[in-house]
Amino acid sequence: MSSEPLLSLENLSAHYVSQQGTRVVRAVDDVTLSLKAGGTLGIVGESGSGKSTLALTILRLLPPAARIVSGRMMFEGENLLDKSDTEMRQVRGKRIAMILQDPMASLNPLFTIGDQVGEPLRVHDGASRATAWQRAVALLKSVRIASPETRVSQFPHEMSGGMRQRIVGAIGISCEPRLLIADEPTTSLDLTIQAQYLSLLRELQREHGLALIFITHNLGIVAKMCDQLAVMYAGKVVEQGPVSQIFSTPVHPYTKALLGSIPRMTDNRDHLTAIEGQPPDLASLPPGCSFAARCPMAFGRCRDEAPPEFAVGEGRTARCWLAVPNADAKAAMERSNVA
Amino acid sequence: MTVITPVTTETVASSAPFWRLKGFPVIPVSILLFIAFVAVFADVLAPHDPQIGSLARRFKPPFWLEGGSLAYPLGTDHVGRDVLSRLIFGARVSMVVGITAVLVAGSIGTLLGIVSGYLGGWADQVVMRITDTWLALPALTFAIFLAAIVGPSELNIILILGLVYWTRYARVIRGEVLSLKQREFVRLAIVAGCSKSLIMWRHILPNVINSAVVLATLMLGVVIVTEASLSFLGVGVPPPKPAWGLMMADGKKGLMVGYWWLTVFPGICIMLMVLSANLLGDWLRVKFDPQLRQL
Repeated sequence: MSSEPLLSLENLSAHYVSQQGTRVVRAVDDVTLSLKAGGTLGIVGESGSGKSTLALTILRLLPPAARIVSGRMMFEGENLLDKSDTEMRQVRGKRIAMILQDPMASLNPLFTIGDQVGEPLRVHDGASRATAWQRAVALLKSVRIASPETRVSQFPHEMSGGMRQRIVGAIGISCEPRLLIADEPTTSLDLTIQAQYLSLLRELQREHGLALIFITHNLGIVAKMCDQLAVMYAGKVVEQGPVSQIFSTPVHPYTKALLGSIPRMTDNRDHLTAIEGQPPDLASLPPGCSFAARCPMAFGRCRDEAPPEFAVGEGRTARCWLAVPNADAKAAMERSNVA
Repeated sequence: MTVITPVTTETVASSAPFWRLKGFPVIPVSILLFIAFVAVFADVLAPHDPQIGSLARRFKPPFWLEGGSLAYPLGTDHVGRDVLSRLIFGARVSMVVGITAVLVAGSIGTLLGIVSGYLGGWADQVVMRITDTWLALPALTFAIFLAAIVGPSELNIILILGLVYWTRYARVIRGEVLSLKQREFVRLAIVAGCSKSLIMWRHILPNVINSAVVLATLMLGVVIVTEASLSFLGVGVPPPKPAWGLMMADGKKGLMVGYWWLTVFPGICIMLMVLSANLLGDWLRVKFDPQLRQL
């Protein structure tokens, strides 16, 4: 394999447009990201920052009101935006699989586990019912379901929450996809099961050479699971790079604030740290940086001009005027600050 | 004093057989089963041929009246046919027409409801506008109009009733599908790359069957009354076939001269069957699908 990334999004924008075309919500705005085969990318951000829309954009499953307005999505050397609907259907579940926000409700109550785990195989590989059933047993075993031979012919209501979740994981990996997108897969689980599930995902990832996109608002999960991190705010990736570097030296004030708001056992403060203010209305973004209104370090230029992505180190970028790389620009920045 | 009421009814009852469930309409179901039994074994049960009579014994009254005999327990009609035998064979007509017409209406309506609800957009618009137009037509008048065009026969009646009554299914099923398609397992199927037709067939259809069955039971009564009405009006099952509505139509002239048994017995049969079907349907509706309560 070359060093070419498995998935690379280039200047991708997806907007919701109202029926009259008067309101445009920039849910995903100028996103550039890449993920190498077998890598794990965490996408964090608060609710409404465009994380889930980004996931749906990659699968081209946006609701009818939303449009991908620009950019490219290169996956294994092909631009997913050039594919027809039929071709995209062959990608979904086969090459890119996804685990939804609420895996507890992701199983059809009327079909056996075997039918549901085998379904992608029958759809994509034309497997017979018997073959799919055999594979389903093996898949259940690989997600550590005890006595898969009997479980396979049971119905979803006979399973516990954690088991259903692992079954959804088994459906995800059934066609051996190259990329698995997990959209907050653990929010509906309690903590011990969460931890089990996350380590299972890691193991599956190692065994099958999966690349993983992990969408979450839980930075603890990111620290445990991911090697790359992208922080989203108001539809834009404000900072991205290797997890360890971002955690140790965050550049963007939003990232700093996010990391600062994690409560720690050693804290003896009385209050939790929160980020003041509200995220902006995505339909009427301010002209400058969208975080400026809440940013403790904002200065004149931040409110007038949106910052582009600056490289801030090996494989790291940040959308912040504070990250301007060269000295001249810094000087210009200070001048504008004074004025 | 605090009384701790044990958790009873629903949770416990759910493991009991369905006829032991709370409020199960025993009498209506028995009546329906009895009518079905009679319909199936009409050939064995009927004492006389329902279509051949003898003018020598016309207008015999029921056996307990002056001039009646146990050979013709419910009397004879204007051409001397046995009323009881005609009622027995009439049960067959009502059952066959009722059930198949409901199946036809149910298939058309469920199919269109699923397509319309799942695909949305212009397909939804087209189907729902047709449904609205259809519902604006008075059902019985519309059925008479269709029957006048294609002519009366048992098969035509079934098709006509199916065509007249599919709209209710389409409405209800569409509503159901609209909420189903937001369910996580449907979204998972989309994400897994299933085609729209596969999702409709495998994930939507099995989940709306429940509502369709409830609706079918409720529709059975409506369809039977309409069949009887059409037969009564002479555009239904053609004579000499013994349909209950037709028997009432034939007997109505006799009412003036006291031959009441010609109309009252088929009337009672229709009433019992429709009432039973409705009571069962109501119970199923509340039991399985509280959302349908307003309909």
